[in-house]
Amino acid sequence: MSADEILSVDRLTMRFGGIVAVQDLSFAAERKKITALIGPNGAGKTTVFNCITGFYKPSGGAIRLTHGDGKVIALERLNDFRIAKQAKVARTFQNIRLFPGMTALENLMVAQHNVLMRASGFTFLGLVGAPVYRDAEKQAIDLATDWLKRINLLDRADDAAGNLAYGDQRRLEIARAMCTEPALLCLDEPAAGLNARESAALSELLLSIRNDLGTSILLIEHDMSVVMEISDHIVVMDHGVRIAEGSPREVRDDPKVIAAYLGTDEEEAVAVMESGS
Amino acid sequence: MKTPSINTAKAPSGIPALLKTACFNALIALVLFSLMIGIRTEAGSDGQLTYWTRFGDLASIVAAVFGGSIVIELLRQWIGPTGAEKLVPPALQSGMSFVGRYLAPALLIFTLLVPVIFYDQRYILDLAILVLTYVMLGWGLNVVVGLAGLLDLGYVAFYAVGAYSYALLATNFGWSFWVCLPLAGILAAFWGVLLGFPVLRLRGDYLAIVTLAFGEIIRLVIINWQDLTGGPNGVSSIPRPSFFGIPLDNSDNGLAAKLGIEYSPTHRIVFLFYLILALALLTNWVTIRLRRLPIGRAWEALREDEVACRALGINTTTTKLTAFATGAMFGGFAGAFFATRQGFISPESFTFQESALVLAIVVLGGMGSQLGVALAALAMIGGFELFRGLENYRMLVFGMAMVLIMIWRPRGLIGHRAPTVYLTKAQAISSDLVKEGHG
Repeated sequence: MSADEILSVDRLTMRFGGIVAVQDLSFAAERKKITALIGPNGAGKTTVFNCITGFYKPSGGAIRLTHGDGKVIALERLNDFRIAKQAKVARTFQNIRLFPGMTALENLMVAQHNVLMRASGFTFLGLVGAPVYRDAEKQAIDLATDWLKRINLLDRADDAAGNLAYGDQRRLEIARAMCTEPALLCLDEPAAGLNARESAALSELLLSIRNDLGTSILLIEHDMSVVMEISDHIVVMDHGVRIAEGSPREVRDDPKVIAAYLGTDEEEAVAVMESGS
Repeated sequence: MKTPSINTAKAPSGIPALLKTACFNALIALVLFSLMIGIRTEAGSDGQLTYWTRFGDLASIVAAVFGGSIVIELLRQWIGPTGAEKLVPPALQSGMSFVGRYLAPALLIFTLLVPVIFYDQRYILDLAILVLTYVMLGWGLNVVVGLAGLLDLGYVAFYAVGAYSYALLATNFGWSFWVCLPLAGILAAFWGVLLGFPVLRLRGDYLAIVTLAFGEIIRLVIINWQDLTGGPNGVSSIPRPSFFGIPLDNSDNGLAAKLGIEYSPTHRIVFLFYLILALALLTNWVTIRLRRLPIGRAWEALREDEVACRALGINTTTTKLTAFATGAMFGGFAGAFFATRQGFISPESFTFQESALVLAIVVLGGMGSQLGVALAALAMIGGFELFRGLENYRMLVFGMAMVLIMIWRPRGLIGHRAPTVYLTKAQAISSDLVKEGHG
């Protein structure tokens, strides 16, 4: 693995009672690269995500985030909102979690809460209408407008997020996560429920986030056309353990991966694995 | 063949369905009332059981239920939420939106003129002060329930803290109203934060129960801490507010004497009216501003989706606490005003019924809507007085009116939400999309 890792997961274990959802999982994500986490349903991908983004406290193992300036943060010790605020890890959800009763623009403004909160002097300066806050709000609106342009929703800026089409909601959720100006963007099945055209537009958006903004992306996805097209590195999980890792080409040809996806029975899987190694 | 098929296309709302529902309701009424009304029992002269039948009364009750359910069903179809828009002609709709745009300024101007118009009618002035007190309480609770989506059933606790803060500070230390007012607000906010801490992990029904209990705890402490609060006897001879140091009385250095006009007790009432109006408008102004600040947006985002808030790096704990504290502070201001207006307070003024009334105002008004809450306070408190002539039936009529309004407008008088920021045009957001919050 290259030295420039943004995220390193080391022997991560997550137990729910007697069920082991993730066992001794280790992998790393490189800076300014797109890393994909794939695997069949129930492999434990979303559990890994919830551990990284602080929604679950891991039963064991370490998750280290290294910022560009060399600062290392132990994510397993921070709790939920601090991971987004201090470690600069943003995420989206498998089932879209926008604020449906707020407009698209408002959704993007809420994402800039911490920046605006400081600018508004923790509300007191903002309440008296201080120019400091007005400038900060203008900047926040500019950033939001910029993102609405990127995701092609500028003309829907003042519509309620709940009224947008499904594909638009997916893109808006990504834009909202990006408005927190994260170092690492975690996307949980961003292409789920999108048609081929929308998937292609999504791939383009994610590539532009990586290339133009240099944001590292960690991605869970079932849509292999998206994964194979944009990923720099792929980690394959099944039953809570890592079964393969490598470039898209390597992973695609890996018999263990094929076995996991085709759902062979155990003897057959062993045979496949032995023949592969 | 075509014509009947068109008629039966609306079968669920057609006459047969209507009759079926009515018959069903009448049948239930018959079963229910056959024993309660159909047969009357009484102890006879020797203690034996005597009974006689009242089938005539029973028949009239069942007939009333039958007719009533037809009327309600018809009303539901005409003014109910489904298809209500289609029945309103466009001209009337544009007229309504015109009224809607100018309703708030018109109401404000009218309110400012109330003491001028009704100068000689003490009853109306007193009622107006009462309505404004509840408008202010409604606006205060609106921050907690309407914006942050936290169901608070113990709001009266902060009202009580504010009232007792002023009463005790003023009677024990002789501090003036204008010094005590901010202190009452700060103390109430402090108790809001204290309440907030233990309930932060709770949601929905659990949160409601704990806040309800908190409201009762404050009341019971006030009753039992006799040395400080006077217990059930309350605190009396609370000083009246002064006009920035000039008392509003009949003395030589009173305001009337200084202005060289004849003294009238109405001066004080008018002063109280403008005082509570100013306090209520302050609450409104602060709330409107807060909504456009990051904290207000975070409150609304919290109501929409708490998990998403955490994923965006919003500290949900402090966000909830600030909502509790802000709402409590306005409750405290209103309480201080209540104490100075009454001149006497006792724990009886701070029962659960008050919390329920204020919550009803917020829900009826449309959670989160400032104008809606003001209208609802007017309807609730004004309506309460309006039906005073009905004596025992007052609560019945009032309850029925509430039920009808909730059928007609399930999300309150003003259900839509106005966005806090826009690029080109502010569009009202339909109430179907806005979440109520779940604690």
